[in-house]
Amino acid sequence: MLAFTLRRALQAIGVMFAVGIIAFSMFRFAGDPVNQIVSIDTPAAEREAVRKSLGLDDPVPVQFVRYFGNAAQFKFGVSYQFRQPVSALLMERMPATLELAICATVFAMVLGILMGVYSALRRDTLLAKLFQAVSLIGISLPTFLIGILLIYLFAVTLGWLPSFGRGEVVKLGWWTTGLLTLSGLKALIMPSITLGLFQMTLIMRLVRAEMLEVLRTDYIRFARARGLTTRAIHFGHALKNTLIPVITMAGLQFGSVIAFSIITETVFQWPGMGILFVQAVQNVDIPIMAAYLLMVSLIFVTINLVVDILYTVVDPRLRSTIGRAA
Amino acid sequence: MSDAVASNSDKPSMLPKHAARSWFSRALDSDIFYSFLRSKLTMVAAAITVLFFLLAIFASWLAVQNPFDPAQLQLLNSRISPIWTADGQSPFLLGTDEQGRDVFSAILYGLRISLAVGVAGVIFAGALGIALGLIAGYFGGTVDGVIMRIADVQLTFPAILIALLVNGIAKSILGNRLDANSMLVVLVISIGLSFWVGYARTVRGSVMVEKNKDYVAAAQLIGLPAPKIMLRHVLPNTMGPILVIATINLALAIITEATLSFLGVGLPDTMPSLGTLIRIGNNYLFAGEWWIVAFPGIALAGLILSINLLGDWLRDALNPKLR
Repeated sequence: MLAFTLRRALQAIGVMFAVGIIAFSMFRFAGDPVNQIVSIDTPAAEREAVRKSLGLDDPVPVQFVRYFGNAAQFKFGVSYQFRQPVSALLMERMPATLELAICATVFAMVLGILMGVYSALRRDTLLAKLFQAVSLIGISLPTFLIGILLIYLFAVTLGWLPSFGRGEVVKLGWWTTGLLTLSGLKALIMPSITLGLFQMTLIMRLVRAEMLEVLRTDYIRFARARGLTTRAIHFGHALKNTLIPVITMAGLQFGSVIAFSIITETVFQWPGMGILFVQAVQNVDIPIMAAYLLMVSLIFVTINLVVDILYTVVDPRLRSTIGRAA
Repeated sequence: MSDAVASNSDKPSMLPKHAARSWFSRALDSDIFYSFLRSKLTMVAAAITVLFFLLAIFASWLAVQNPFDPAQLQLLNSRISPIWTADGQSPFLLGTDEQGRDVFSAILYGLRISLAVGVAGVIFAGALGIALGLIAGYFGGTVDGVIMRIADVQLTFPAILIALLVNGIAKSILGNRLDANSMLVVLVISIGLSFWVGYARTVRGSVMVEKNKDYVAAAQLIGLPAPKIMLRHVLPNTMGPILVIATINLALAIITEATLSFLGVGLPDTMPSLGTLIRIGNNYLFAGEWWIVAFPGIALAGLILSINLLGDWLRDALNPKLR
């Protein structure tokens, strides 16, 4: 168990190292950072001074170690377009993105599991077929189209919900939250649905498939033979065993939710990290791009690591096979 | 895609002549064709997909104007609503946008670009993924380890993030020299680099199964070179799953291109794809001009839905467990 955890942790560090090299080479080689800072008519001597002050004339490995050291302390340099430290910009916008991602995941889990269980248990009903159709549409429609559709329905036509922004936010230390005000909650509804819909369809399909598979197994047949109530069999035995893959997937997908929030944030002008990243790509603001890549990778790698370790805690069978393999 | 691979190999004429004919008649009585005829939904989806491709190919004959040619656009015709509404005007079937561009023509041309980028992206991703998968599976060892580690790492990140990154890096390297045409190439490369992993993993998996079979040992014994064994003997046996991935990837590639264009990092307004049209139209939603965004949106959704339905059917039809 310990060996497994250590091995996975080492792998995670390796991945972060690789991503760090990519981020560093973007920062260093994709365009000359000096050109982004000085103006076109700056004399060559002054350019050299800037180059020296940024440490760009040191050997590349030295620069890499310094970049990594700074990144470990959340120092990602200064944004070309905003002339502000990138870390301050990211920190300011992180709460908005995380709040949106968490709400979307909760929405996806609750509705996805309910719809999945229903469509597995009552396979031939009209509602179950409707869910299947909805799930196909949810996978097929691009996120931004769903967002535009929702805006047109609930903001333009009905005028119920705001079409952009976070509404009023409350400051809790450095964290800002929209969960404590009515306008903040209202502003969260449409972006959460837009962002969560894809995950919801994935979870629904997974729950349905797993339930159908589990319901065919011998221990369910045995439970029926023992004369347990249908409810106890379905929810006490079948659902419980389908939840492990579902939780794993929801966990693993959380990183994707944060990445996909790029699109949702653009549609709803949600002031999060994603919109910052899109602006950075549009304006070739490499420090923000590199920092975003590092941040998102860190989130991804941490989640993957935690899920893998939790998996062995939850499922004792895995522990024994891993123990044997190691 | 199998044709492209076959013609790349050195002697395409080595295929026996009767193979082509019997392939066609075999296709007609195959299980796959039977299951195609059985599924009405799939037939509809196939018809819609073919229709979209035809619309894209014949765009210049069907459109009333060339929406990419500024000389043909007249501001006097701007923001006309669709023809069946009270303010509709005769040649503009689905209305016009703020530059006087006919929405129907713009959709036809946009469809052409979306499909071209999607198909080219899938081919690029497929070629890259198949090549790397064949190499990894056939040679194994360190090469395999390196390729598959890269694939694993990349698989943890969603394609859209990778496409955005590649896009940003390409822009910063090329600087201001990016015009609409080079943007097309950048998009194809971003999409290709985002989607190669699926092919590589599948091909590697099948190759590892196939390479221990007797026919590969026989080919090695008669002294065929490794690339030839890989392309001519092993690859054809992995084609089924690749076809499924390619179909589903076509939908994903089109979505990715549309998303990038919607985010404003894809094709410019002067050469709009469906995603660009939706981004432009989105600005006029609040002014009540819904048709500028609605019709490109419907076209994109219909295209993706029908390709996905085809992909779903193909996956089930080629899966022997489900027969």
